[in-house]
Amino acid sequence: MFSAMLGEAWRAMGANRLRTFLTMLGMMIGVGSVVLMMAVGQGAQESVKQSINAMGSNLFIVLSGSFTASGARSGSGNSSSLNVNDANAIGELDGVNNVAPISMGNAQVVYGNNNWSTSIIGTTPAYLDIRVWELEDGYVFSESDIRSATRVALVGKTVVENIFGDTNPIGKTIRIKQNPFVVLGVLKSKGQSLDGRDQDDTIIIPLTTAQRKILGNQFAGSVRQIMVQANTQELMPMVEQNINGLLNQRHNIREGSDSDFFVRNLTAVANSAAETTRTMSLLLGAIASVSLLVGGIGIMNIMLVSVTERTREIGIRMAIGARERDILLQFLLEAIVISIIGCLIGLILGITGAMLVNKITQAAVVISSNSVMIAFAVAASVGIFFGFYPARKAARMNPIEALRYQ
Amino acid sequence: MSLVLVQDLNKDYETAAGAITVLKQVNFTMDAGDFVAIMGPSGSGKSTFMNILGCLDKPTSGQYTLDRHHVAALNGNELAQIRNQTIGFVFQGFNLLSRTTLLDNVALPLVYSGVSKSERQSRAKTLLEKVGLGKHIHALPNQISGGQQQRVAIARALVNRPRLILADEPTGNLDSVTSEEIMALFSELNAEDISIILVTHESDIAAHASRQIRFLDGRIVHDERTQSTTPVTQAEETS
Repeated sequence: MFSAMLGEAWRAMGANRLRTFLTMLGMMIGVGSVVLMMAVGQGAQESVKQSINAMGSNLFIVLSGSFTASGARSGSGNSSSLNVNDANAIGELDGVNNVAPISMGNAQVVYGNNNWSTSIIGTTPAYLDIRVWELEDGYVFSESDIRSATRVALVGKTVVENIFGDTNPIGKTIRIKQNPFVVLGVLKSKGQSLDGRDQDDTIIIPLTTAQRKILGNQFAGSVRQIMVQANTQELMPMVEQNINGLLNQRHNIREGSDSDFFVRNLTAVANSAAETTRTMSLLLGAIASVSLLVGGIGIMNIMLVSVTERTREIGIRMAIGARERDILLQFLLEAIVISIIGCLIGLILGITGAMLVNKITQAAVVISSNSVMIAFAVAASVGIFFGFYPARKAARMNPIEALRYQ
Repeated sequence: MSLVLVQDLNKDYETAAGAITVLKQVNFTMDAGDFVAIMGPSGSGKSTFMNILGCLDKPTSGQYTLDRHHVAALNGNELAQIRNQTIGFVFQGFNLLSRTTLLDNVALPLVYSGVSKSERQSRAKTLLEKVGLGKHIHALPNQISGGQQQRVAIARALVNRPRLILADEPTGNLDSVTSEEIMALFSELNAEDISIILVTHESDIAAHASRQIRFLDGRIVHDERTQSTTPVTQAEETS
């Protein structure tokens, strides 16, 4: 019975091929755009997620404040208000997982005939743990390197490309501001940060070495930033408050007066970026859904025409014993077959389109089985939903009037 | 027990100008195996009577019993089942599905009675052979003549082995030679003990039946038995 009706639906669709194709086209475009938009949206979300993971999670950055010299105020991070002892004290706070004091600046790096200006980060091994930054080759300097301010370096991929070329950098000696440094390891590539900086264009050296040899600060032990990682995201507000309290106390800052440091929540920035892309992909999906809806209305329209055209046929079927539900099923099946075939072709179009977008713009696209299944389920429901009214109209016909219809 | 038993049947239609009574106190009895021709001018109520007999329409009041089923008490699905199993329809305009082969046209009622595909096809094929179209089973209706189309329609009416054939002016669209052939086929079926009710304008067509009934203004005004093919109880005349 069911297979016979499926055959009938197929034959009815074949009777007016152009019309069937145009009806399907609506579904194809609808499903294709939903799949495409979801792929692009999820791709954007995925790349933001990767950037966030590359940055490290639950992060604060404590910046030293600005200072005023001859009436000119420097930007934040330029005064020498923070030092290693502040960092150690923050490390003792509840809810703090890890702390890394950072001194940074730019310097010219030389190897052989090549030179390159890059950013120098002086820090402790904890920095790599916080940033979830692994080595591609070699090993990380140790706490004893920090204590004795050894001249060792970890180099980023961009630096390696620019001054070493094809040479293996491990064990080679480079010069940073005329000081020889032995390359201990090569950092794994991290790609762009959320603000588009190349994170691989950097050299990491022990904090003490940076302070004494490279960045030459007049206040021994001062650092520009302290990176703090909280244990969990829930603890972050509490940790932020404690850092403020602790540093105000250590720096003898009275209540009501300005602090000489800033605490920034990096995760909040990342989360808002993630939120933005999520909203964007939701919006894209919503716009695409509208075209799916329009496709569904197209099906309803054509099914209504088809029911009217076939009034006499419906009458004949009723006279020879078709029940209401037989007629209902027949027309419903036709709408569902149209929408499912349209959906399948739309899926192929959408996936092909997503791959093209990926090829042409290099933007990440993610085609999840989830989004494909959702698109398919929605298309089938659209077929049922918009097919139901015309089918019911057919099933409720008066057989005598239907037979008399010319 | 008679096959068809109609008692005090009334049928009103609601129109903008008020209720119109189309059938007035009709009484009619028909035994199994009988061949009845219904005649009468347009608007006399014979088509409405046929629709009620065919379970396509319901009477306003009165009793209709078909093959021991009290039709008034049946719901839509049960009426569909009666149309499917007990009655076979033959129409003036043939009413075949145009995009469907003769074989599938004839087999269509069996789809609604849940018969398997192989049996549907074999029964339809047997009947098409019986009406002389065994060579055209895969043709489409517009590829054969009107007389042949009516034969296909008769085959379709027979495919579920009905007790009663209702034919509404089956020769109305056919020439006289073809009409005679179709009537011969009906007589043949009647000889096989299938009951037939036939609506016609033409008295020479009605002459093939064993009993003629004439409608006028919603009443049966004439009921006459011309050939005695089966034992018959005379229908009660009304008013």
